[in-house]
Amino acid sequence: MREITLSQAVNEALAEEMRRDETVFIIGEDVAEAGTPFKVLAGLVDEFGTERVIDTPIAEPGFMGLAVGAAMTGARPVVDLMFGDFLFLIMDQLCNQAAKTHYMSGGKLTVPLVLRTNLGATRRSAAQHSQSLHALVAHIPGLKVAMPSSAYEAKGLMKTAIRDNNPVVIFEDKLMYQEKAPVPEEEFLIPFGEANVKRDGTDITLIGTSSMVQVCEKAAEILAKEGISAEVVDPRTIVPLDEATLLASARKTSRVIVVDEGHQSYGVTAEIASRINEKAFYHLDAPVLRMGALDVPVPFSPALEDITVPTPEGVAEKARMLVAGEMIHAA
Amino acid sequence: MAKAKTNTEDYMRMYRQMVRIRTFEDNANQLYLSAKMPGLTHMYSGEEAVAVGICEALTDDDRITSTHRGHGHCVAKGANFKEMFCELLGKEEGYCRGKGGSMHIADQSHGNLGANAIVGGSMGIATGAALRAKLQKKDDVTVCFFGDGATAQGLLYEVMNMAALWKLPVIYACENNGYSEYTKTEEIAAGSITARAEAFGIEAHQVDGQDVLAVNALTQKLVARARKGEGPFFIELMTYRYHGHHVGDINREYYRTKDEEKDWKDNRDPIIRFRAYLVDQGIASEEEIEAMNAEIKEDASAAVEYALAAKYPDVSEVDMHVYTDIKHACA
Ligand SMILES: Cc1ncc(C[n+]2csc(CCOP(=O)(O)OP(=O)(O)O)c2C)c(N)n1
Ligand SMILES: [Mg+2]
Repeated sequence: MREITLSQAVNEALAEEMRRDETVFIIGEDVAEAGTPFKVLAGLVDEFGTERVIDTPIAEPGFMGLAVGAAMTGARPVVDLMFGDFLFLIMDQLCNQAAKTHYMSGGKLTVPLVLRTNLGATRRSAAQHSQSLHALVAHIPGLKVAMPSSAYEAKGLMKTAIRDNNPVVIFEDKLMYQEKAPVPEEEFLIPFGEANVKRDGTDITLIGTSSMVQVCEKAAEILAKEGISAEVVDPRTIVPLDEATLLASARKTSRVIVVDEGHQSYGVTAEIASRINEKAFYHLDAPVLRMGALDVPVPFSPALEDITVPTPEGVAEKARMLVAGEMIHAA
Repeated sequence: MAKAKTNTEDYMRMYRQMVRIRTFEDNANQLYLSAKMPGLTHMYSGEEAVAVGICEALTDDDRITSTHRGHGHCVAKGANFKEMFCELLGKEEGYCRGKGGSMHIADQSHGNLGANAIVGGSMGIATGAALRAKLQKKDDVTVCFFGDGATAQGLLYEVMNMAALWKLPVIYACENNGYSEYTKTEEIAAGSITARAEAFGIEAHQVDGQDVLAVNALTQKLVARARKGEGPFFIELMTYRYHGHHVGDINREYYRTKDEEKDWKDNRDPIIRFRAYLVDQGIASEEEIEAMNAEIKEDASAAVEYALAAKYPDVSEVDMHVYTDIKHACA
């Protein structure tokens, strides 16, 4: 199969959906000629013009609000939010308006929009350009949240998001834009709420989101050399969450580590771990562990930044302890 | 050129500060190009007369808030090369102990409240500092630096309204360098920028940001009036950035021509202009100026060498400074 970058995958998904449905348009900062600072949208303006690839002033709450209104009245906007960190600027429009409109109108109004943004540290961009804030959004009922872990997921989930009648937030890992993966040339969609078992295993389950799927896969390779068989599961969307697949894996292996790049406290890892505790407790041989980003603002210095995110070695180390039945509380 | 500060020493100081900024940026760019600097950085080159003309009208008690393009403000408000280069490289001796990097660089001891990676993010902070001055009957003034692109942020209009209602000692300094990222100002700003301030009853001026004396003369007057409770004020400074939006923005002909860049550099450079004035007026000889330039160059090289050899913060610092009263947040 041909391989394309995550950036190309997103670009293709948008182009295909824009060809299929003329109500789809893109709105955000430097999305047209510049194709975004990450060049993800390069070329789209040439095909679709500036009426469907709309450059805005630096006014995030403003264009987010426009997207909500356009979505409520028959368009399907794809909002480009340059950095996930700017979510804090648009929270009212996203969480008080987009997320609640369908419910508050008794199901009469819909807000079919997609918010494309990113996450991920270690790009040496310091505390206001490195956050992974998907848990904040996942906390708000009414929003769906997709977290592609490769170019393949990025394409399939984007297409589904655009066709979904709810507001959907997609977090791309900005460090993965140039990473390639096999992506079929034929059209495909990836349904929401279907986890993907990336690797079969019997001793422990590693659940990872976004780029942490790769971290888990690398950890699984390290562990395999030591005779520990790790299963790797990628939920792909955290809202809706495919609980059944996660629980089945937990019951099978009896040990689970959940790895995610959001801050560990009050985050996605906590949510998934607690669902497993609630629903698979009697199948577990060890407490479910969480591994998230360190609970600190992301530091600039490489010497500090690198130790704030989970690594394959770190995951493997915890996995070893769980499998050996060591008291991880004391660790 | 307009007349401002009148003694030779002040003129030479302004010249020196502008050359220091340019020299700092040339070195920072070199560090990026030689892959010695983590991440990206936004060059202030070309805009020196803005930061210097304004900051030379301020005392150490006066505050400023800076932007993502903040090295110039930092130097102009009194910072040293050594701590600045250390910060740029993420070293322990940096002004922010390596936690901030280029986008958060600031010498806090000289009244710099911080560079900000959120466009428009400091408008509230600057206005709040001015509110404090008024409440505590202090006569310090705060200057809020921001770009033309930042005028699209709604926050500006919320805080200008309050500043005008309450006559706060704040000066909004809009550095109009013609671009926000890869987009021309006229494509993102409707109407007149100064008229927006005037709509709140705020006295607004437009000034040639390449003329350090004009900037300084105007700022001195406004600062004096702001101290007496006649503020707020708004200044739009017409200027130009020589480099790309950031150091990695090298192929930029799709959004601005080489001719345009050359015209600003050859015909409106703030340093060349001021140097000619100094020589013309008999304030300094060519030799004296060359000697000063050489000394600054040497200073910068020495600071770069120092910073390259300096040590990174100890990893134990990663969870320090999250809270004021908890030494290690994750302990
Ligand atoms: C809230 C927010 N939106 C977008 C960005 C991305 N961004 C960084 S600088 C910039 C352009 C700023 O233009 P301007 O205010 O004119 O300042 P200049 O870079 O020209 O100095 C943009 C869009 C950001 N950092 N923060
Ligand atoms: Mg600008």
